[in-house]
Amino acid sequence: MSTPPAEHPLIAARPTGTGPAVEAVGVVKRFGDFTAVAGIDFAVAPGETFGFLGPNGAGKSSTMRMVGCVSHPTEGTMRVLGRDPRRDGPEIRGRLGVVPQQDTLDGELTVMDNMYVYGRFFRLPRAEVRARSAELLEFVQLADRATAKVDELSGGMKRRLTIARALINRPELVLLDEPTTGLDPQARHLLWERLYRLRADGVTLVLTTHYMDEAEQLCDRLVIMDRGRIVAEGGPAELIRRHAARDVVELRLPAGAEPPSGVLEELADHVERLPDRVLLSTDDGDQTLAAVIGRGVAHERAVVRRATLEDVFLRLTGRTLVD
Amino acid sequence: MRVAAGRSAAVVEGLWVSYRHTWRATLVSSFLSPLLFLLAIGVGLGARIDSGGPVEGLTYAAFVAPGLLAATCMQVATFEATYPVMAGIKWFGTYRSILATPVGVPDLVAGRVAWIALRLTAVAAVFMVVTIPFGVSSGPLAVLALPAAVLTGLAVAAPIEAWAASRDDEQGFVGLFRFVILPMFLFAGTFFPVSQLPDWLQPVAWITPLWHGTELTRGFMTGAPDPLVPLHLAVLLVLAVAGTLAATVTYRRRLEP
Ligand SMILES: Nc1ncnc2c1ncn2[C@@H]1O[C@H](COP(=O)(O)OP(=O)(O)O)[C@@H](O)[C@H]1O
Ligand SMILES: [Mg+2]
Repeated sequence: MSTPPAEHPLIAARPTGTGPAVEAVGVVKRFGDFTAVAGIDFAVAPGETFGFLGPNGAGKSSTMRMVGCVSHPTEGTMRVLGRDPRRDGPEIRGRLGVVPQQDTLDGELTVMDNMYVYGRFFRLPRAEVRARSAELLEFVQLADRATAKVDELSGGMKRRLTIARALINRPELVLLDEPTTGLDPQARHLLWERLYRLRADGVTLVLTTHYMDEAEQLCDRLVIMDRGRIVAEGGPAELIRRHAARDVVELRLPAGAEPPSGVLEELADHVERLPDRVLLSTDDGDQTLAAVIGRGVAHERAVVRRATLEDVFLRLTGRTLVD
Repeated sequence: MRVAAGRSAAVVEGLWVSYRHTWRATLVSSFLSPLLFLLAIGVGLGARIDSGGPVEGLTYAAFVAPGLLAATCMQVATFEATYPVMAGIKWFGTYRSILATPVGVPDLVAGRVAWIALRLTAVAAVFMVVTIPFGVSSGPLAVLALPAAVLTGLAVAAPIEAWAASRDDEQGFVGLFRFVILPMFLFAGTFFPVSQLPDWLQPVAWITPLWHGTELTRGFMTGAPDPLVPLHLAVLLVLAVAGTLAATVTYRRRLEP
């Protein structure tokens, strides 16, 4: 076991060994007749931050539970940290840090007791659990709440506590299922900042999100998931380059004032009609907007912006990420 | 996957840390109420009953004390195997977080059963010590009443734990207490010998775990174990072991879909 880098003595997760941290081949997960994960392949490299971006019901949590070795694929094979989850579940889980989608803290207990009890499940000596808990609470900025009851914490604090708890065993691989869902922007940014620090320490992170900005900010590489399938894979910038034009012009049209068919299509590479607005994909948004105005297309509001992963998702699936 | 003693011990430790926050709420049902029953019914009502002659050769207090011990263990066990299970699986999801660690379902279930055994041991030990002045235990065999009462509780708790883990919500728990636990408490030998039941009802009492547990506990506590000890032990052990195995199945179905 290597000692953690001196400048981050607190974080102290362990570097993942060589070889893929996670490898999934043809993984299917069915619940009765329902197929939640419909045959996916992916590999996570050591030290990488890997994301699953997809809307609710895409199969992200089902996949995370299989990586976390608490659920097994109906078909296909999975290897986590070079081992077989079916055979070596407890051993693998001892090297994972898991942040589940729903907080599973004991609300009756104090912050410190939650850390302590959890650390003991890893068979860590009592003194070590206490010392590490104190360090980790410092890391997630909860040291001053150590003796507070968890029920009294805000949503953002609970999330940070769940992350601190997941690091108690110096994991080699940390799984974060929708780490910031339901948090206000300030709490989200604080949490992202802690995750950057983990990443800087070389910890392998696997996260799911349905926020395209989170995926763009945090992930080195991600897969876009929809209805149990992976529809695209790559770095955030690469995915945007590959599946969307550089810019997007968002137009809000007056009710019932749709321009003659074909007009918008002439002005852009691709047109998406959403219930409340129209999106024009184009390599030069300003020029396209000028053309829209030049052609006299009636609109209430127009915004030019860079294309995002949201646009990639829309292009690939015809639907929006967050409804 | 096998049970690892160290991992189950960690589960017990976690339950103990939680219990340190909630033990006050259990004082009345675990420790006080069986004593009040013994005072009111065993001693108070017993004074009237004893004037009509001994019950199975015992004073009424000596007859009812082991019955109350076994029945208290049954009730504490039933509570421990219902609401906390729903809380861990559903309300707080704490059991889900346990399974994200090296602890597996068999470790979790074994830890839970061990924890319930410890809780029952405390309940039974306090009862037996506090009732010494009443002279309701006699002979060296009386100490065996403690494990007998604990086993009675486990024989009830393990199958209920398996059942509770398969429930979607707590709706059924009230019915369990009302229609299963309470009738056993009233009619399975705690307050009067089941031989006083109508003939057709006696076989129903014989198949309840509480009857076997009460007979076993009473036999030891009064220093006169009945010849059916091996049968009582076997029934209770089978229920405890089968219930524990069944719980690993229902836990797995619920927590590791
Ligand atoms: N234990 C389960 N039993 C039945 N269906 C499930 C179960 N878990 C998830 N599902 C279903 O599988 C689909 C994918 O769910 P999930 O993996 O939670 O998606 P996501 O995390 O992307 O929102 C959903 O339609 C969900 O209802
Ligand atoms: Mg999910």
